[in-house]
Amino acid sequence: MIVAKRKLFDDLYAKASAHKKVLLLGCGTCVTVCMAGGEKEVDILDSQLKLAAKERGGDFEVTTHTIVRQCDDEFFNEETSRKIAAADAVISLACGVGIQFCSEKYPEKRVYAGVNTVFYGATVEQGLWEERCAGCGECIVDKFSGICPVARCSKSLMNGPCGGATNGKCEVSDEIDCAWALIIKRMKELGTLEELSEITPPRDWSTARDGGPRRVVHESLRLDEGAKKDS
Amino acid sequence: MANEPTIIAFCCHYCAFTAADLAGTMRKQYPTNIRIVRLPCTGKVDENMVLHAFVEGADGVMVAGCEVGSCHFIQGNVRAVKRVVHAKKLLSETGMNPDRLEFYHIAASQGPLFASTSAEFTERIKHINAGGKASAAATSAKDSTGDSQ
Repeated sequence: MIVAKRKLFDDLYAKASAHKKVLLLGCGTCVTVCMAGGEKEVDILDSQLKLAAKERGGDFEVTTHTIVRQCDDEFFNEETSRKIAAADAVISLACGVGIQFCSEKYPEKRVYAGVNTVFYGATVEQGLWEERCAGCGECIVDKFSGICPVARCSKSLMNGPCGGATNGKCEVSDEIDCAWALIIKRMKELGTLEELSEITPPRDWSTARDGGPRRVVHESLRLDEGAKKDS
Repeated sequence: MANEPTIIAFCCHYCAFTAADLAGTMRKQYPTNIRIVRLPCTGKVDENMVLHAFVEGADGVMVAGCEVGSCHFIQGNVRAVKRVVHAKKLLSETGMNPDRLEFYHIAASQGPLFASTSAEFTERIKHINAGGKASAAATSAKDSTGDSQ
């Protein structure tokens, strides 16, 4: 899932207080799971803004609404559109995708980002999320026993480890496991360590961000109207 | 009753609520400012619940749960302490005095402690309402959330 972290409160307060009516728009998918921008976090921010306005003499109205997903057209229903139309500005607590999609759908509305989108990650334990994927466009985790060196090695080395690893930890931080130490340990366990003797050639990064913004097309799923719009 | 603070006390059914009941049985007086909300466990308390109380006009919120190690649901009180610490941080961000919120450990047998704690907390909130800063002995819950990116 996409993992995000809420922006600093003072930043959000400054954005909200610049308008008369502000809608806090939550997203019910990834940011709900990582506790950054779901219904509960929208509720917390709502309370905080109201309390801060009382303390600081702010004069603005806050309303809240959370939809299933902000990155899908179908979830912006009539009720959502009505609430967005009634507000002067929207603070979206969705990931960077949802914020942009909301902004594209309502071009006349000022849409602010309420969270910082951090990475694609997993819930390692309750309250802890870690990066697992870099979205590079060509998955190679099977070659490395299910551990991705692109996302989990600080240098994205294809032939590691480097000289900076100590006791299984990365030189960047003691909190970061050396991905290559994990790969070697895992491949030993699987009895596939020999496969690492083969040098992995440099990656073609054109499938990643180096190739510019990417798109995925399923022609069989597209509607005639969409295909026409695209041609 | 002007200037009298409104205080919400979220009390665990198994300890602090029983202690409040015992305080009454023992004819121990505690301030009428306290409005008790009985919960099955303080583990039910979260940041939203506390912030809502303040939004709705509470001057202070106390959360009272079992002593460490005696929670009926094993960990509820420990989790509640963490959430209260986080809620204090959220309150600070708004500019409010975080000492308006506190967690207390009160066992079911400690009726007098419930009465004295309620009185002390009420005095603290009156002091804050009067423009006073936090008292030195105000914090019982330690900051242990360790939020980081």
